Amino acid sequence: MTDKQIADLKQRILVVAAWIIALLFFFPIFWMVLTSFKTELQAIADPPMLFFKPTLENYTLINERTEYTLFAYNSIVTSVGGTLLALLIAIPSAYAMAFAPTARTKDILLWMLSTKMLPAVGVLMPIYLIAQKFGLLDTKTVLVIIYALINLPIIMMILFTYFKEIPKEILEASRMDGASTYAEITQVVMPLAWGGIASTALLSVVLLWNEAFWSIVLTSADAGTLVALVASFSSPEGLFFAKLSAVSTLACAPIVVFGWACQKQLVQGLTFGAVK
Amino acid sequence: MSRTLVRWLQAPSIIVLLLWMIVPLGMTIYFSTIRYNLLYPERTGFIGLSNYEFFWTDPAFLPALWNTLVLVGSVLAISTILGLAIAVLIHREFKGRGIVRVLLISPFFIMPTVNALLWKNMMMNPIYGIFAVVAGWFGLEPANMLANTPLLSIILIVSWQWTPFAILIFMTSLQSQDREQMEAAELDGASAWAKFVNLTLPHLARPISIVILIQTIFHLSIFAEIYVTTSGGPGFDSTNLSYLIYNQAFLANNPGVAAAGGVFAIILANIVAFFLVRIIGKSLMV
Repeated sequence: MTDKQIADLKQRILVVAAWIIALLFFFPIFWMVLTSFKTELQAIADPPMLFFKPTLENYTLINERTEYTLFAYNSIVTSVGGTLLALLIAIPSAYAMAFAPTARTKDILLWMLSTKMLPAVGVLMPIYLIAQKFGLLDTKTVLVIIYALINLPIIMMILFTYFKEIPKEILEASRMDGASTYAEITQVVMPLAWGGIASTALLSVVLLWNEAFWSIVLTSADAGTLVALVASFSSPEGLFFAKLSAVSTLACAPIVVFGWACQKQLVQGLTFGAVK
Repeated sequence: MSRTLVRWLQAPSIIVLLLWMIVPLGMTIYFSTIRYNLLYPERTGFIGLSNYEFFWTDPAFLPALWNTLVLVGSVLAISTILGLAIAVLIHREFKGRGIVRVLLISPFFIMPTVNALLWKNMMMNPIYGIFAVVAGWFGLEPANMLANTPLLSIILIVSWQWTPFAILIFMTSLQSQDREQMEAAELDGASAWAKFVNLTLPHLARPISIVILIQTIFHLSIFAEIYVTTSGGPGFDSTNLSYLIYNQAFLANNPGVAAAGGVFAIILANIVAFFLVRIIGKSLMV
């Protein structure tokens, strides 16, 4: 074999390896979706069935028995609401820190990030009792507030790095032209920072959609999110694999499709804009 | 911008985070020093450090602490190393690369509760699970993984979710690597391993720091995966600090002891954060 043939063969083996690994990683998800279209008996058939007549009975049943739409609505409201509230607080702050930094700016940012290290269980009791006192248990309001707070540090960090990348000269030019601070923000900075803000928001929505601690602990029937709905299926319905698969598929499908569609923007958010 | 305006713009974020930190923390410390048991509401009063003593003499305490550290360490090691290897593997031109990528990163978007239930019931179930079936093909006795090796099973479940996160970050940053440099090294006859160690790894220093930092934040307080699979058992074999505290607060009805545990968890997180920021914090800040 020539060198080129060896290189070709090597490349081919590596590609096959990549496919095998990818399929292995995806297999549990594939199996879950497949199982959701089986009957309960088919779901536990031995050997496992790959080909069968698909049924929608699990989905119809879940629709009848649980209020899927309510839980989905709660998930959307809390993850989007928490993100918007956090952005509302973070954008002005990050803007000020990026364009008028002081000696303490870096310390403040690191301190903010360190609050993210605060383990949720450590403050579970106080938050639970405060929520109880204000009658906020099992409401979307309490989740929106907590979600905004737990994501605020990460959102601040990312936005700060995005704003930092906007060239200062542009701002100075607009100031020379006599633009007010308000005009400066709305007409100069925002259009440039829009991509960064969008990818930050996407990341935040994904993280909040899948947040599992506060939603399980603080909500039940009224404000429960899809995470809590699935957790409620852990037993005894967990024994009904087909129904469990259907409810899981319903809970994950929106965010998985969303994630596929914006994977590129998500990475920018996740790496604080550092990886281009 | 005037100084006052800058202060006003910054104030909201600093104030809310300060409140978010101080109020619950203060309350947690207060609860941790009083008698507070939901089963005996008439018993009140300051009891000093008794709750702490109760918490760390609990037979579950040391296993939980150990499990927490093992969980974080193992998942970090698995996801970073495997993530690096896979990211390098798919960093080449081939047909269907886009699909391979989407398949690989999908587990990251699956919610932890679904992830855990999926593995518990359809992969690891000793009778119907895929693992049992595959074991059967080879004539092996199917293992009841969640009962026999609970911590290992949870490490596997969490790694399945977070390796894709590492892949996602590493593969994106590999794209910005200097190609000419790689080609020059190739012409000089550098081996694949030498290229990886001397060129790729340094290029990935910052993304690796980010992966470690973000994962540590999330894994120190893993909860849902344990809650829906093993409930911390059998015994305390898969109880971590988060789960132990949750147990004290809601199942043992003892918020005072739970609060003491919370203070402990906060101290642990701060120790970890301190070292983490020292080690990788520099490469994070712009």
